[in-house]
Amino acid sequence: MEGVNVDNPQSAGIGRVRAWRRFREKAIETFFLANGLFAVLVLLAIFSMLFTEGWPALKRVPFGEWVMSTEWDPTSPVRESYGILALIVSTLMVSIGALILAVPLGIACAAYIADVAPARVREIVKPVIEILAGIPSVVVGFFGLVVLGPLLAKAFHAGNGLNGVNGSILLAVMALPTIMSVSEDAIVSVPQELKNASLALGATRWQTLMRVTLPAALSGIVASVMLGMGRAIGETMTVLMACGNAPAMPHSFLDPVRTMTATIAIELGETVQGSTHFHSLFVIAFFLFLMTFAVNLVSDIILQRVRKRMGGA
Amino acid sequence: MKKLMILALATGLSLARPAAAQQMIQVKGSDTMVNLVQRLAEAYMEKSGKAAIAVTGGGSGVGIAALIQGQVPLANASRDMKEKEYAAAKEHGVIPVEIAIAVDALSVIVNESNPVKSLTNAQIGAIYRGEISNWKEVGGPNLAISLYGRQPSSGTYVFFQEFILNNKNYSAKMKQMNGNAQILEGVKSDKGAVGYVGVGYLFDENHQVLPGIKALEVAKNAKSSPVSPLIAENVKSGQYPIARALYQYTSGKPKGAVKDFLAFELGPEGQKIVQEEGFYPVAGKSLENNKKAGF
Repeated sequence: MEGVNVDNPQSAGIGRVRAWRRFREKAIETFFLANGLFAVLVLLAIFSMLFTEGWPALKRVPFGEWVMSTEWDPTSPVRESYGILALIVSTLMVSIGALILAVPLGIACAAYIADVAPARVREIVKPVIEILAGIPSVVVGFFGLVVLGPLLAKAFHAGNGLNGVNGSILLAVMALPTIMSVSEDAIVSVPQELKNASLALGATRWQTLMRVTLPAALSGIVASVMLGMGRAIGETMTVLMACGNAPAMPHSFLDPVRTMTATIAIELGETVQGSTHFHSLFVIAFFLFLMTFAVNLVSDIILQRVRKRMGGA
Repeated sequence: MKKLMILALATGLSLARPAAAQQMIQVKGSDTMVNLVQRLAEAYMEKSGKAAIAVTGGGSGVGIAALIQGQVPLANASRDMKEKEYAAAKEHGVIPVEIAIAVDALSVIVNESNPVKSLTNAQIGAIYRGEISNWKEVGGPNLAISLYGRQPSSGTYVFFQEFILNNKNYSAKMKQMNGNAQILEGVKSDKGAVGYVGVGYLFDENHQVLPGIKALEVAKNAKSSPVSPLIAENVKSGQYPIARALYQYTSGKPKGAVKDFLAFELGPEGQKIVQEEGFYPVAGKSLENNKKAGF
């Protein structure tokens, strides 16, 4: 009796619920798709904006001059020159210098916190290092200007100490929390079984760390290094304050350097809108974008390879 | 009696609507002038109690660009406006009016330990163009010259390039510092340094020359005798070769609170503050120019 009467409305109800569910699934799916597309759209918009704003300058100045000439002097009363090679080299120099300092330190620190340190030390040290990331870049730059600069000047007899080394050290401090934190997460997420197996085979803790844990966490570590590199290349205020800003081609780390970001920040305020100088700053930004894009792309490719080798982990 | 009544009426009116009279004046531009104009503004605000004035730096070019784009009614500039900027102003419907408020003796400074005492205009030019790169070439020790200068947005950068470098390029090795104070810091800690700053930046609060630096005497050419920028007489007489006017630009003929402020700056109180800050009062041809602008 129950079955007969109730059967129809109930199945209709179930149908309605199912339809609603299907609709909801679809809606959520579309929502996420829209979000993903929006991110891509923003990226494309920035890319095309940089290109269209830079195009008038690219058209007026031969392409060879941009990438081959080391002479950047757009306000010159003699001949306006738009060579950004020295700026690119300077940017790469301070970024790579920063990585040379920050990567070994960051990974060692991460390995210590993840694998060696007692829980209590870990609970204190990790947040403290992460606080480093919260220091505003202008404060870091100020530190470079008034503390590190005079120190370097004394130690190396290098002018006033505002140079590539100063910038590299400061950028290393800024990239360190990123590298440490992301690496540490990667090392912690290595399965305990792998380590146990290694220890059971008679390996020491050091051997286990170096030959099992770190290689297994490599994809995360590489990602952390790339994130750190991205941070270093894009940083503006710190390098503007601490690097001396001479637009000449640097010959050593002790030369004052002027990065791409600093050039844009220094000069954008006073250019007349629509002038070649104005548009040339977008060309610099465009090249900067290409560089960070390349860094991300390469890191992605490395990650893919590592994942494949590790068996899809 | 009638006069008194008008006065009373005027005071009454201005008292009756203090809120309406309270006006925010934004002043932007030259880093050389930012401290000076800040002090002038403070003194003016205390005296009149009417206007609120906010002074920011960034460089003469930045101030002029802001004036052209209508963001500020008053721009500080330590150089003349360029042809290009006048053209851009016209496009934006702005007619800039130039008022000189002080005179600056642009000072060439070196580290205290440097035995070089004086240079000629031509030598300074050659040093900044990178043609002279060692102090021994100008009678000093065998020490590489380390160049400190300003950024292209700075009026001092442009003025120096025009009058000392004869419109040639700066050496690319020049460290482009962000303001006078940074140049002072650099020169203080760098034995081979040479830099240029507004004369007002050479003194501390007690009107003593800052420790660690030395202002060079400058000679117009090899024949004339070098003179110091620290002595007012040298600047007034025109003997010191790197003197320049410090300007404020308004959009159109100054009126209202802006005009009131300018009149204060050019009055005896304002010009006294100018001298207290280490600069020199407006004189000569600039005064006539100011007259044309209504002062």
